Amino acid sequence: MRTTSTLSLEGTGLSCIRDDRVLFEELAFELVSGQILLLEGKNGSGKTSLLRILCGFREADAGAIRWCGDRIEDSRFHAQMAYVGHLDGIKKELTVFENLKMTLALSSAGQYSIDQALSKVHLQGYDDILVQALSAGQKRRLSLARLLITANVLWILDEPFTSLDKQGIALIETLMTEHCANGGMIVLTSHHDIDLPTVDVQRINLS
Amino acid sequence: MFLSRAFFAVIRRDLVLALRRRSEIANPLLFFILVITLFPLGIGAQPHLLQAIAPGIIWVSALLAAMLSLDSLFRSDFDDGSLEQMLLSPHPTTVLVLAKIIAHWLVTGLPLLIVAPLLAVFLGMPNHSLGTLLLTLLLGTPVLSLIGAVGVALTVGLRRGGMILSLLVLPLYVPVLIFAGNAVQMAGSGLPVDAQINILIAILLMALVLAPLPVAAALKMSIS
Repeated sequence: MRTTSTLSLEGTGLSCIRDDRVLFEELAFELVSGQILLLEGKNGSGKTSLLRILCGFREADAGAIRWCGDRIEDSRFHAQMAYVGHLDGIKKELTVFENLKMTLALSSAGQYSIDQALSKVHLQGYDDILVQALSAGQKRRLSLARLLITANVLWILDEPFTSLDKQGIALIETLMTEHCANGGMIVLTSHHDIDLPTVDVQRINLS
Repeated sequence: MFLSRAFFAVIRRDLVLALRRRSEIANPLLFFILVITLFPLGIGAQPHLLQAIAPGIIWVSALLAAMLSLDSLFRSDFDDGSLEQMLLSPHPTTVLVLAKIIAHWLVTGLPLLIVAPLLAVFLGMPNHSLGTLLLTLLLGTPVLSLIGAVGVALTVGLRRGGMILSLLVLPLYVPVLIFAGNAVQMAGSGLPVDAQINILIAILLMALVLAPLPVAAALKMSIS
């Protein structure tokens, strides 16, 4: 299965300047298999910007991010990460199944099949429902199901608990614990205080 | 193998989406038909004048219909985050983008091709130039989608990119319009049109190879 010993995500000397305002400077972290990095901070403190820098959507104004020692542009980083952001990235005119099928076509298959992933996020039986008929929480769970069906090690999650109810939050926490126990790693922002006793959680406060 | 699967999956998805929101197919096509049917009414009973300007009317309408449909190419993907997911895919963005452009042409360009002969007859175009008209549309409309994609990719992040889009894209459409319009005109007079057709083929091949690169780069820029 996964070679868990050598994987690491490392950021050094990262800074981000937006509209002449320094969001963060000289930020450094190192994340290895089985760990979670929780970004905290008030609104506008650069949490989402940092996640987007990690994804490669924008460049850091200084510093570098390395995946297993190589810069993320030069490594197989994008084949080993999955991102769930503010936008769900799902098409409301397609059915649940069609959406996941598309995700699968764009990257390689992971641990779970689509059916298994749907039952893990408690959406079994919804395969042929159009996404526009789902509630906000169900859409959220669907976009999180993407993490389960693709082959990935690193999850980058921007406010994953938004619009989820108590059971939904507990469910995602279970999935996160399982992912870390399997040698995965997670970077996330959250206003909700996460409660994962078995996982090594690093915290960075950006404000 | 994986790449071709992703390529066809993107085309398939976009075709299914177009089928479910039909206005996307109907709008440019309706525009094309309406503009062309209005011309005879505006010009009045002058069949010779109409016949003479028919190639120009059809091509200008096709060009404007293509412009009208451009925004839908990346808009919804940009708004719902599908574009982010596409750019994160380990597959080369250029290939996925090309798949989207092909799907867009199948939805907006191909229908024009199908109704064009009917409209040409309606404008009184001579029968022997119909073949050339179809050939120029077949070669030219994909170029409109390819070049347009560059403009859309650059402007999709702007809230009101419509005006800039037309300013960016229209000048680049002009060569296609000139050679295609000229070819149909010449064919109407019974003259050979090989030169124009060859140039259109060259433009198409060049756009096919060169357009996906700036589109992919511009999308990355738009999303940051």
